[in-house]
Amino acid sequence: MAQGQVECPVECREVCADMNKIPFVEFRNIYKIYKMGDSEVRALDGVSFSVFEGEFVAIIGQSGSGKSTCMNIIGCLDVPTEGTYLLKGTDVSKLTDDEQAEIRNKTLGFIFQQYNLLPKLNILENVKLPLMYKGLKESEQNKRAMEALERVGIADKYHHKPSQLSGGQQQRASIARALAGAPSVILADEPTGALDSKTSAEVIDFLIDLNMQGNTIILITHDNFIAARAKRVIRIHDGKIIYDGVAANDTIIRQTLLSQKEGEA
Amino acid sequence: MKLTKTIHMAFGSIMSNKLRSFLTMLGIIIGVGAVIILVSIMDGVTGQITDAFESFGMNNITVSITSRGSTRYVEPEDMYEVLDENPDLFTYCTPNVTLQANLKSQTSSESERVSVTGIDETYDKINTLVTEQGRFLQFVDIDKMMKVCVIGTYYEREYFGRGEALGKTLKINGEPFTVVGVLEEKTDSTENSSDQCIYIPYTVASKMSWNRTIGSYTITMTDANKVQRAKAVLERKLTKILGSSNFYRITATQEILDELNTILDTMKMALVCIAGISLLVGGIGIMNIMLVTVTERTKEIGIRKSLGAKKRSILTQFVVEAATVSGAGGILGILFGAVVSALAGKLLDITIIPSFFAVMLAFSVSVAIGIIFGFLPAKNAANLNPIDALRFE
Ligand SMILES: Nc1ncnc2c1ncn2[C@@H]1O[C@H](COP(=O)(O)OP(=O)(O)OP(=O)(O)O)[C@@H](O)[C@H]1O
Ligand SMILES: [Mg+2]
Repeated sequence: MAQGQVECPVECREVCADMNKIPFVEFRNIYKIYKMGDSEVRALDGVSFSVFEGEFVAIIGQSGSGKSTCMNIIGCLDVPTEGTYLLKGTDVSKLTDDEQAEIRNKTLGFIFQQYNLLPKLNILENVKLPLMYKGLKESEQNKRAMEALERVGIADKYHHKPSQLSGGQQQRASIARALAGAPSVILADEPTGALDSKTSAEVIDFLIDLNMQGNTIILITHDNFIAARAKRVIRIHDGKIIYDGVAANDTIIRQTLLSQKEGEA
Repeated sequence: MKLTKTIHMAFGSIMSNKLRSFLTMLGIIIGVGAVIILVSIMDGVTGQITDAFESFGMNNITVSITSRGSTRYVEPEDMYEVLDENPDLFTYCTPNVTLQANLKSQTSSESERVSVTGIDETYDKINTLVTEQGRFLQFVDIDKMMKVCVIGTYYEREYFGRGEALGKTLKINGEPFTVVGVLEEKTDSTENSSDQCIYIPYTVASKMSWNRTIGSYTITMTDANKVQRAKAVLERKLTKILGSSNFYRITATQEILDELNTILDTMKMALVCIAGISLLVGGIGIMNIMLVTVTERTKEIGIRKSLGAKKRSILTQFVVEAATVSGAGGILGILFGAVVSALAGKLLDITIIPSFFAVMLAFSVSVAIGIIFGFLPAKNAANLNPIDALRFE
């Protein structure tokens, strides 16, 4: 069954090829191998998958399974040891550092587990950073950054330093920063990892909302309940994909949801 | 991204660590300050020396007769003859006889030991003296060996009071001299200034001197550029009279000044080079701190790269930061240098104005140092791998 699910997007690509449906993200047999002395760690061990525009994909797996490695390659922050990564049909390994930087700036929006806001800048300045690197005019930067802050509901805190905000507010700020540049894909690496369950739910709600509005979202998590809310789940184990398909059909997620219902009953 | 914005950002990061930024700048402050101070003082000294020489007259040639007491000597007539023969080279000539004499007023009993100069009637033109009261010495005074004198304002005030000197008598070595003129005040009428002077006819002075000869002549040229020809003409004449070129010495003001200026310029360059070393040390300090800064801010660089900063943006950010630190250091150094050289000017009593050129040069050099020494750390920052930078803790 899992096999059939993996091929679904591939079929789709073939069907839609002449309708200009190139996958946003396409991994072709990607390996990431870290050599530590004699031993080697296969963080990604032959991974292939595609993500299309408008999808909401959760990448789930245990700690150390290779989720972040996967995300870093998608985000052009890291390069695979082997295999081809196509972003909107372009082989990323053929791009220069600056072209990759431009893709990060125009196409990708990152949300990190540790927020990664610059502590010396205030929230507005933080949100403006990607716009500044876009080369927008100062007034335009301010306008868009304030709009993004309004969307996440912390516009009133724009002049605060990150250290003056709660974790949830900081994560909203980092979401605003990811949104400000109007990226096609939002990459979120355990965005709720440092948040309590209520705030986590809010953040996930927000991401689902964004997806409804047409954004492509790739979310990394090790929480089955969160993964359950995604349309599609890719489960990684020891650097290999062990499931790729609809969230409800994933055995572990199904079991988790079932046991929760039993618990409630 | 605009440069002003980048500079603004750099200021923010400097201000967020004031003590460290200041200590980093210190090398540049001291280096730039030292350059400004040294250049200003040297310029001041050079200016003062040039002024002093100009008051002697830049067209002047001094002939000193060193064979005094020998059987041969140069008569004023010999010199006047040279002048008459070379009107294209020379304008005036005066004998100079310097005496140490006892000076006192007619009434007082105490005398002072002073220097009296014997000259002819062209001396005021040669040395651009202005007679304010009365008249300067005239041909008849020289010719008839009149016991008259022209004095500077120092003696006027010391012996007679302002405007009271004309017609009064001063005793030089016991002989009465009538004051016929008072010169215009040149400096401040104090002792040892150029206002302390007393001139008498050289004919009288040479008679009063121990060997009755004339020690030197001052000659003005029509043009300072003709100094070589003028010297050659004088040498020929004097060697003929005295028999050897060892018995006289010819010095042209212009030549001395040129030589002095060369020495001062060399000294200035040497001092500036020494000060330049502290600029170099300051630059290395900046490089060191920037390397530390880049390491400390690796995470920031990673975040910026993840948001789409290109190599150029990161490079510019850190180069501009280094240049801002050293540029600010340069400005502080200029202020520091200006204040110290002003104080030094007061102390040494010379006019010291830091030249616009020196200030601009110091500022550009300090900014350039920031750019040069900031480049390597900035390059390191720009070349960081995004994921390694982002993971750095
Ligand atoms: N720079 C590195 N050098 C060596 N090994 C690394 C490096 N980065 C990751 N690894 C290894 O690669 C494997 C996958 O790491 P990764 O960070 O992708 O895990 P993850 O799925 O994100 O885990 P977590 O849920 O804990 O974040 C791990 O075994 C890790 O030790
Ligand atoms: Mg991870």
